[in-house]
Amino acid sequence: MNQRQIPVAINGRQMLVNEGTSVAAAVTMAGEPCRYSLHGKPRAALCGMGVCMECRMTINGVPHRRACQLLCAPGMEVVTE
Amino acid sequence: MSSSFDVVVVGAGPGGIAAATVAAETGKRVCLLDANPSIGGQIWRGLSSKTTRDNRHAGQFAIWSARLANSGCTVRYGVEVIDAPAPGRLRSESADGGDEVAFEHLILATGARERFLPFPGWTLPGVTGVGGLQALVKSGLDIADKRIVVAGSGPLLLAAAAALKDAGASVEAIVEQTPLAALVRFSLAALAHPYKLIEGADYRRRTLSASYRIGWWVTRANGQDRVESVTLINGRKEQTLACDWLACAYHLVPNLELPRLLGCSIRAGYVAVDFLQQSSVPGLWCVGELTGIGGMEKALVDGQIAGFAAAGNLAQARALARQRRKWASFAASLDRAFTPRPELRALPSAETIVCRCEDVTHRDLATRRNWREAKLHSRCGMGSCQGRICGAAAEFLYGWDAASARPPIFPAKISTLQAATRSAAVPVQQAKLHPEPDATSSGI
Repeated sequence: MNQRQIPVAINGRQMLVNEGTSVAAAVTMAGEPCRYSLHGKPRAALCGMGVCMECRMTINGVPHRRACQLLCAPGMEVVTE
Repeated sequence: MSSSFDVVVVGAGPGGIAAATVAAETGKRVCLLDANPSIGGQIWRGLSSKTTRDNRHAGQFAIWSARLANSGCTVRYGVEVIDAPAPGRLRSESADGGDEVAFEHLILATGARERFLPFPGWTLPGVTGVGGLQALVKSGLDIADKRIVVAGSGPLLLAAAAALKDAGASVEAIVEQTPLAALVRFSLAALAHPYKLIEGADYRRRTLSASYRIGWWVTRANGQDRVESVTLINGRKEQTLACDWLACAYHLVPNLELPRLLGCSIRAGYVAVDFLQQSSVPGLWCVGELTGIGGMEKALVDGQIAGFAAAGNLAQARALARQRRKWASFAASLDRAFTPRPELRALPSAETIVCRCEDVTHRDLATRRNWREAKLHSRCGMGSCQGRICGAAAEFLYGWDAASARPPIFPAKISTLQAATRSAAVPVQQAKLHPEPDATSSGI
C-alpha cells in the first residue's frame, strides 16, 4: 500500500503515520500510554470505538478528546494525559 | 446549523445506512448522524479510508455506500448525540460545537459495544477488546509480527483472529469460554443460516495455526507496565502464554443510552420493537444490535424495514418479515450460546479494578446492595464513560440493574449544554407492540 504519510507530534515527538490513522493508533505505535489512572497506572485504548474513554487526551489544545474517534491530520499536536 | 428533517437516523453502521438509504430513496428528507470520522460503523470501519485490509465485507459496503450517496440523504460525521432536549429534537456536539436537529420520525441504530468482564491485569496497556483491537488495526495500528491471544466469547473471536492474522500478527491462541456442548448446539441451530456457518469455518481455516481452545478462559493478564503474558484455565488445567496483546471481551451488549433517554421500553436487555421495528414510543424505530445482537445481515434487514416504515411504505417493510424473523432467531441463538459462564464471576480479586474511570475495586463493590448504593459510596460508574464499561460488568458480577440514561449521555462542553432548546419534560406515551403482522393492528 502506497499511502500518504502525515506528520504529527505526540508529546512533542514528531512522527509520520499513514493517512487514515486514528490518533489512538498513532499514540499506541509511539509506545505511549493514553493516560494515567487516578492511582497513577498507565492506561491505553480498550474499546477502540469511542465508548470506554480510556484514550481521552489533549488534541490541538482541546482536552478530553477521544483519540480513537479522530483521524491524524497534518501538524496535529497530541498530548497524552 | 440547526435544521429539520422528515427522518433522522442515528448511527451509520449497516442498520443506519440501510434505514437512511431506503427512506431517502422513498423521497423523504433524511439526515444520518454518526460520531465516527466516516460512515460504516464497526463492521465497515476503515473501508471508506482504506486503512483496512479486511475485504470480506467490502462488497456489501460498496453497494450500500453507493446507494446512500445517491439517495439524497444528508450525512453528518463526527457528530455525537448527547441529549433529546424537547420532543422531536436531538442535541449533538461535534468539533464545530453544539447543534440541534429536528425530526418527524427517528430511527436509532446505535449498535453495540463489547462486554468487558474484569480479571486481574485487565487494566494493563495491551489488553483490549476483541473488536477493540480489530478497530484499532482498522484505524492504522501496525501489529505485524506481534503475538496476540484472542479470548472471551462470541463469533467475533474467529472473525477478529482472522483479520489480525491477515494484518500480519501471530495469533497464539483463540480462547472461547463457552462449553463445547453449547457451541455444538449453536452450530446445529446455525444450520438454518448456512452462509454464517461457512463464514465461521472460513475464519477458522484462516487461523488454523492458532489453537482454538473451547471451554477455556482467561484468569489473569501478567505484566508490569504492559501485558507480557496471559494465564488461561479450563477448570482443570492452567497455562500461561507469552503475548504482546491480549484481545478479550465477552460477546456484545447494545448501546441503549439513547433509546432509554427517549423512553423506549426495554425487554430482556434489548429495545422491545414490533414487527416493523417500531419501539414502544410511536414514531421511533430501533434497528440492528439494539434489538438483538445479530450482526450485519440482521442490521441490514431491520434497517430497511424501519426505513420503509418511517417513510410510510408499509408494503415493502412487511415484505421483509420472513427475513426479519430468521435473523431475530439467529440473534437469540447467539445470546444463548455465548452467555458468560458463572466461573467468570470469581475472577476479580479484592484489588481488581471494576470501574476503570474512577479506580473502584471489586472490594469496594462486592458488599454493596445495588448500583445506586455503589455509585453513592464509591463513584463507580460516575466517571467519564458513565458506566458504559463497568455497568455491564456489575450486572454480571453482582446481578445489579446498572441501566442509566441521563443527559448529556456523552461528556459535552458547557457551551453545548447551555445553548439547548429545552422544554418541560413531557411524559412519553407508550404504544402497544405487535410482534407479528397478523396481529390486530400495524402499530403505526
